[in-house]
Amino acid sequence: MNSSTIGRISALLLRYFFLLRSSWPRLLEIAYWPTVQMIIWGFTSVHFSNSSPELTAGGILISAVLVWDSLFRSHISYTLSFLEEMWSRNLANLFVSPLRPWELILSLATVSMIRTLIGMVPAALLAIPFFGVSVFELGLPLLGFFLNLVFTGWAISQAVTGILLRYGLGAESLTWMLPFLLAPFSCIYYPLETLPGWMQTIAQYLSTTYVFEGMRALILHDEWKPDLLWKAFFLNGIYFILGLGVFCLAFRSARNRGLLLQSGE
Amino acid sequence: MIKPDSLLKVDRLSKRFRSKWAVNELSFSLSPGSIMGLLGGNGAGKTTTLSMLLGLLEPTSGSIRLFGHDFVKNRHAVLHRMNFCSPYVDLPQRLTVRENLRVFARLYGVDNSSARIEELTADFRLLELMDQPIRRLSSGQKTRVSLAKALINQPEFLLLDEPTASLSPDVSQWIRQRLRDYRDQTGASILFASHDMREVELLCDEVVMMSHGRLIEQGSPQDLQDRHQRGSLEEVFLALNEQGGGA
Repeated sequence: MNSSTIGRISALLLRYFFLLRSSWPRLLEIAYWPTVQMIIWGFTSVHFSNSSPELTAGGILISAVLVWDSLFRSHISYTLSFLEEMWSRNLANLFVSPLRPWELILSLATVSMIRTLIGMVPAALLAIPFFGVSVFELGLPLLGFFLNLVFTGWAISQAVTGILLRYGLGAESLTWMLPFLLAPFSCIYYPLETLPGWMQTIAQYLSTTYVFEGMRALILHDEWKPDLLWKAFFLNGIYFILGLGVFCLAFRSARNRGLLLQSGE
Repeated sequence: MIKPDSLLKVDRLSKRFRSKWAVNELSFSLSPGSIMGLLGGNGAGKTTTLSMLLGLLEPTSGSIRLFGHDFVKNRHAVLHRMNFCSPYVDLPQRLTVRENLRVFARLYGVDNSSARIEELTADFRLLELMDQPIRRLSSGQKTRVSLAKALINQPEFLLLDEPTASLSPDVSQWIRQRLRDYRDQTGASILFASHDMREVELLCDEVVMMSHGRLIEQGSPQDLQDRHQRGSLEEVFLALNEQGGGA
């Protein structure tokens, strides 16, 4: 990576920093949703711990909520940063500058990682005094689970931003819908065997399934299964390439149809 | 006509959207240090041409050579040497003028960006606006900021899409003077799309007239008036329309 590339990426990071700085509700919102989610599921967990302790053993529910949210946050942070450019009709300014599309992707991913950490760390820290659950006790595997879900989030984001480029803001709702489409298949709160056969088949092709299966094995049975993590990384590699492919095709199509100048509200 | 020493050479450039040719076999060239007006009515193909010259739109056929590079195949080799301004493209609304200029200075890799921003602040009388978010500015103020952004990297080739659209005559005149000064000081070339014939007449050394995606006339404003024995570019344009070449 040469100095020009770093300069251009840092320019976009500066742009998103200025944006966050200009609006305290945006800054607050980053940490607000993960914390609210954690509190709701925390109390749900407390309630179940009396009637069905096996459901909440080892803080599994709260850990699952926090880890799943890293996918959602990384995706939303990436896509919202891109949407900011569309809402402000600034995409043409970016695409006529020396900025390469892959530098834009790298900038969005970096911003996404920063925003995800700003959102997740306070929620994870608050879970310790509130509910006595520390996801950090998962140790190094937590990093593996977290990175996998962040990669899945970015893969979805690349496809969604490509679709937004091609079809405009009419496709904005996909931003919110797509992660939730994955949720029932991802076995966040229940083991794979709970799903009916056809859903299990789909779930086996999702990296998220292996993350949550691995996390459950570690929390409930104190069993570390690196093979599940590697499977998740492998699948994420495929998703990432597919997401990038969708973005590149959509970018080319938007360039061919003259949509880059018109994108915006 | 394509001149050998041209900074920009457009050769048989065409763009088709489904069955409609938005730009059809357009050829022209731009010399270093000159201001060219791309003139035509609504739907003439000016913005489509400009989009292709910015790399925002892929041509269906034809070639664009810019600074000696094949722009269609390798636009990133020259994008840092050009810039663009259009009232139809905004700057980030929540960022202040200063923040926007800092971001774009970094994006274009401007050396000593603080000094350059100060220079532009003075040139475009932005001092009192520097800490205002873009969304709070008037149209005229936004245009001044967009032009400052367009000159941040001291481009050798500047593309402008109707930069004075919906501005009052005094602000338009002021902007034309800034553009002329910039060209005189730096030797940059400017391509200017407009349907304001008077403006093009006042600012441009050369004019390319377009209608229905085709080039219908080309030359200096005075040449065109002499050739068609008319008193203004507007009259030339209307006469060409009557002859069936125009919109």
